[in-house]
Amino acid sequence: MRESKFLPKTVYVTYIASTPEKVWEALTSAELTRQFFFSRTIEIEPMVGGSFAMRMPDGKFDIKGKVIEWDPPRRLSVTWGVAFEEFRELPESLVTYDIEPMGGSVKLTMTEAHQWDVPDAILAGGRQGWPLVLSSLKSLLETGKPIVVSVKMGPPKEMIEAIKEAVATKPWRKAEAGE
Amino acid sequence: MTELKFVYVTYIATTPEKLWQALTDGAFTERYWFGTRIESDWSLGAKVSFRSDGSISDYGEVLECKPYTRLSYSWHVKFHEAFSRERPSRVTFELEPVGPGRAEVKLTVTHEDFDPGSKVLAAVSNGWPVILASLKSILETGTALAATSAEAAKAAKEKAIALAESA
Repeated sequence: MRESKFLPKTVYVTYIASTPEKVWEALTSAELTRQFFFSRTIEIEPMVGGSFAMRMPDGKFDIKGKVIEWDPPRRLSVTWGVAFEEFRELPESLVTYDIEPMGGSVKLTMTEAHQWDVPDAILAGGRQGWPLVLSSLKSLLETGKPIVVSVKMGPPKEMIEAIKEAVATKPWRKAEAGE
Repeated sequence: MTELKFVYVTYIATTPEKLWQALTDGAFTERYWFGTRIESDWSLGAKVSFRSDGSISDYGEVLECKPYTRLSYSWHVKFHEAFSRERPSRVTFELEPVGPGRAEVKLTVTHEDFDPGSKVLAAVSNGWPVILASLKSILETGTALAATSAEAAKAAKEKAIALAESA
């Protein structure tokens, strides 16, 4: 796989009063992701080429991928395939966390990159979820408590429609053929 | 990516009332916004002034004000000619309680009305995440991030000007 064919589509930046080591630990520890990442526990092999997955509270996986970069405590990059039935045929995306010390805090940049021309309706899911996940991570590291919301955060309806259409028409095949 | 606006969403463990005060009280804004006092009487059409080091760096006008829910003002960046030649932009804050018991708020900041190639848009796209992260920290922990202190303002402004002039 060539990472260069992935183009960044969603970027979220936050600054955390913490250390790069603690931010790295939060992103890679099952006990901590469970608290800030929609109750998901991470399972990751700490090496390039290792497996990566996020497990839901019911024990099933909803995200599966591979470790592309493992450079603690600076950069973690994983392929991100959504394991839900409707999503399974979609090409996987690439999620990268960059961790930099900055002015006594830590700058954390999350980049979600895609290898096809994803419609905004599909990107909307991540654009809705990442701010909550990363706000909650910041709260957890700074206060010991994650953010709790009572509003439901399921995938937007338009997103499901757009995924059905993409799976039916497979626009990414055009991109592959054009290489 | 090429859209002429900047949108940022953050979730803060606070009440809409406290967040509103943090956005509209100059004595509060100067603690997390690079030492800038943002002041207005917040009535429709009222002047908004951005004061740092005792002088007004930027100013604007209140366009919408619905306490604890929605605030919008125009913003004319004046602190350097790289920015002051651009027309005023518009920033909107939307506050939405999302948690059990009004103690968690979703804050959406939309900064728009830019011309193509806007240097102000490039500068604020860098500036908002650290200001809003510091706002979240001060509301949740009582302490703002050192990166947004009055002492850090000079370096941040110089960096923004260098970025604008290199583009």
